[in-house]
Amino acid sequence: MAEPLALKDHSGESQVFFDRVVIGFALLILLTLLLVGRLFFLQVVEHETYATLSDENRIQTQSLPPIRGLIYDRKGSLIADNIPNYALSLTMERIDDLPGTLQKIDELIGLNADQVAAFERRLARGRRPFESVPLRLKLSQEEIARISVNRFNLPGVEIEANLVRYYPQGELMVHAVGSVRRINEDDLSRIDPIAYSGTDHMGKIGVEKFYEKELLGQVGHRRIETDARGRVMKVLDATPPVPGSNMVLHLDSALQRAASDALGERRGAIVAMEPSTGGILAMVSKPAYDPNLFVTGIDYTTYASLRDSRDVPLFNRAVQGQYEPGSTLKPFIGLVGLVTGVTNPEYTIDDPGWFKLPNNSRLYRDWNWTIDGHGGHGRVDLEKAIYRSCNVYFYELATKLGIDRIHEHLSMFGLGMRTALDLPEARSGLLPSEAWKRRVRGEPWYPGDSVNIGIGQGDILVTPVQLATAVSMLANRGKAISPRMVKSGSSHMEASDARRLEDIELVPDHVWDLIIGGMEKVVHRGNQGFNENGTAWAYIGMDIPYRMAGKSGTAQVVSIAQDEEYNEEELDERQRKHAWFVGFAPLEAPQIAVVAIVENGGGGSEVAAPVVREVLDTYLLDGGPLRVAANSEAGQ
Amino acid sequence: MSQDFVRRLPEGLTTGNRSRLGDTLHLDFPIIFLTLVTCGYGLVILFSAVEQQTGPVFAQMLRIGVAFVVMFIVAQISPIFLMRLAPWLYIIGVGLLVLVLFVGIEVNGSQRWLRIPGLIQFQPSEIMKLVLPMVLAAYFHDRHLPPRLKHVLWSLVMIALPVILIARQPDLGTALLIGASGLLVLLLAGIPWRYVFGAIGLGILSAPALWFLLRDYQRQRILTMLDPERDPLGTGWNIIQSKTAIGSGGIFGKGLFQGTQSHLDFLPESQTDFIIAVLAEELGLLGVVALLVLYILLIGRGTIMAIQAQDTFGRLLAGTITFTFFVYVFVNIGMVSGILPVVGVPLPLISFGGTSMLTLFAGFGILVSIHTHRRIML
Repeated sequence: MAEPLALKDHSGESQVFFDRVVIGFALLILLTLLLVGRLFFLQVVEHETYATLSDENRIQTQSLPPIRGLIYDRKGSLIADNIPNYALSLTMERIDDLPGTLQKIDELIGLNADQVAAFERRLARGRRPFESVPLRLKLSQEEIARISVNRFNLPGVEIEANLVRYYPQGELMVHAVGSVRRINEDDLSRIDPIAYSGTDHMGKIGVEKFYEKELLGQVGHRRIETDARGRVMKVLDATPPVPGSNMVLHLDSALQRAASDALGERRGAIVAMEPSTGGILAMVSKPAYDPNLFVTGIDYTTYASLRDSRDVPLFNRAVQGQYEPGSTLKPFIGLVGLVTGVTNPEYTIDDPGWFKLPNNSRLYRDWNWTIDGHGGHGRVDLEKAIYRSCNVYFYELATKLGIDRIHEHLSMFGLGMRTALDLPEARSGLLPSEAWKRRVRGEPWYPGDSVNIGIGQGDILVTPVQLATAVSMLANRGKAISPRMVKSGSSHMEASDARRLEDIELVPDHVWDLIIGGMEKVVHRGNQGFNENGTAWAYIGMDIPYRMAGKSGTAQVVSIAQDEEYNEEELDERQRKHAWFVGFAPLEAPQIAVVAIVENGGGGSEVAAPVVREVLDTYLLDGGPLRVAANSEAGQ
Repeated sequence: MSQDFVRRLPEGLTTGNRSRLGDTLHLDFPIIFLTLVTCGYGLVILFSAVEQQTGPVFAQMLRIGVAFVVMFIVAQISPIFLMRLAPWLYIIGVGLLVLVLFVGIEVNGSQRWLRIPGLIQFQPSEIMKLVLPMVLAAYFHDRHLPPRLKHVLWSLVMIALPVILIARQPDLGTALLIGASGLLVLLLAGIPWRYVFGAIGLGILSAPALWFLLRDYQRQRILTMLDPERDPLGTGWNIIQSKTAIGSGGIFGKGLFQGTQSHLDFLPESQTDFIIAVLAEELGLLGVVALLVLYILLIGRGTIMAIQAQDTFGRLLAGTITFTFFVYVFVNIGMVSGILPVVGVPLPLISFGGTSMLTLFAGFGILVSIHTHRRIML
């Protein structure tokens, strides 16, 4: 057949078509079942997985940081507050061009290399999607305004407000209450990340550190539904945060200010303590620094200048400074002598101005020793040895006592150990013993070592807080106390690892009377002629309106050669002696014990005693308890 | 013969009685009923997908209304006229596709649109969706079936021409769908199975070569389908979020308007190509199966109309339009549920948008035309 006839086989074509349509329809049903199967797999088999994914998509848990507890002084004035702070944060998911954005911000408010570097470190840490990363931690009102008017071309840049610690009294309180600082990489590995979610700061020093848990409060949470761009659509549920506990300190702001003023620009420390409780009424260490600098991030140069300063302002001398107690130790040595029966009130020595151990040529000088041999205090009993601060008496007494008896009894006053309940930086000082010397130095205890301990020099170190504790126990006539900052707001100090002292009960009253009487004469014995007055009388005792007990001391910074006189004018200022003075008042019912050290100040009575007196005057006379008592007596 | 006549006539008359009104006005009540129900269902889902705004829903209702008018008008045109017109439409269509390559408007890196200034803007490829089956059906109408190899090859050329032009825009998805509709005509025309399987085998063998012909973003889409997690925030985002929406719906769904994936903007294109995910999330597996049942009923009606068509042109065109409709459904749901790569195919009758709605209803209009222009065979 050349060409097929153009006749179409209609029924045949129809049949072929019908077959194909049926096959096609069957295939189509199969494919539909495939789709249903796929949907069944997603919606039934894998439903749980996708339901979870969907919830994870939309539900996020947000932390609600608690408000940090406030810190008040004993009279209710605020020492640590919380104030709003404005920080500039970036949400990376909303920023397309990070370098461009940073440059725009730099043009508007300025960014330094430190800030950018810190930002990049924070950026490298893990975070949730749409969680913002802080760039500038503190914005001024003007900077907020500049950013705000340019917000339209700064997508992803936000000004976030949060509450941060603020110390209204600035550097006045820093060594008394410590401070919070920003949580850094190191801290992150130690702290519970949940408790601190949403919180950027933690107490790192002092009371702020010790009571961190109570002050922090408990973090709250809320579950929020967000859209794909992280916007909050609604709050599903919330556990509100529990604010941190407020703390009330024993501290008296007015007294703190007076103590700070009394010390002035000199380096040193003052601790004022309430003998009945051990509560710290004032604690000053100078120089100090403004803790607010650290709250919102300190710039490196400022920090370096604080850290590297020769005056070590970051160092809290009141609790960390370990000094030789010098002559302030004498009343305690005298007490040990009486209690042990090694000496008695009637026992006297003849003081030629120097002391020698048998079979030893070394000369131990009295403080008024002169090369021509006219020094010395003549005939001296224990009381005079205290108010004249006679070295020779105590050289001999200490030699007779031996170091272990001194160690045993001075331990009862808290020397050589940490007794401060809530001062985490407190050091233990050093109270030597034979065993200590053998362990640390690998040498036996020589009699000559004891000689120096008798006047508080040599291998003995105390912190101002320790000395204040010991003086308070003396004022208490043996009743033990533990130094403490917090008056109410927490019982956490019960858990402190500090040593608890026991009451000293075996000391008879007349021993207390004699020692305290000697200290009273230090201040109040006057008009007795040359070499007969109390050492501090001329400086503070002449016009004092209340009775007090006191004792001066000096701590050597450099040792003086055997045949040299200590000549203050010839020494570099930093090599001069530290001036100590300790005291408590009123004598009958002590309300305050004060310890002051003026570094490189010189003589204790001359330099440190007036500082102590100013603190006592402020506490006892300026609306303090004594004045109230005096007024009420006048009223009767 | 007379026996036949007697037997057939009452049947024809009965049919005539039952649908006389429909035949006269060229309406098909099952099609009208099923499209109305499906579109209504779609409007409810759309209402949810657009955050319960009425504006887009009214706009969509207007489009559906216009589309119904278009269906009615197209249904009035005699299939014979359509058959005569088909080659000319094809030539014009190809011409427009060539034109679009030169003067088309570029959107997102591809030139798909033609604008007649001050009048309308349209995609010539959309016209091809109907015109290609039409011209092929017309071609085979005059040929012996099953087609000979020569005719098959000629028809392949007719298919390839628009497909290549559209792929050049580039719009690979539409090109493949139009190619598929052309191949459906061949399949229904009864080309031998050996050709079919041969072509499939050849396709598989040349797949690696085709891979290199694909553009970067097209390869990305295929890789993303295979493993969306490889770029969860980039190319994988859409498919991960749509699977999450579907899967989290479960059997009964989260409830109408309660979908979190769509309402919190996790789901992209939730009003257009991915609207099935909204349905699946809010009304669950049951809601999707209900829609699939509606589709199958529509396709079933189309299939019956194709079988009842009286000539090759009618049969092939009606069958192809019907099965192409299914291809759209399958590709869209397959894409959204992650078993096919992402190609821009709207869900028929449901997705927000006018162009595809018009094309679909014009297609239904052709079906109705073929069905209602039958002569009673004696």
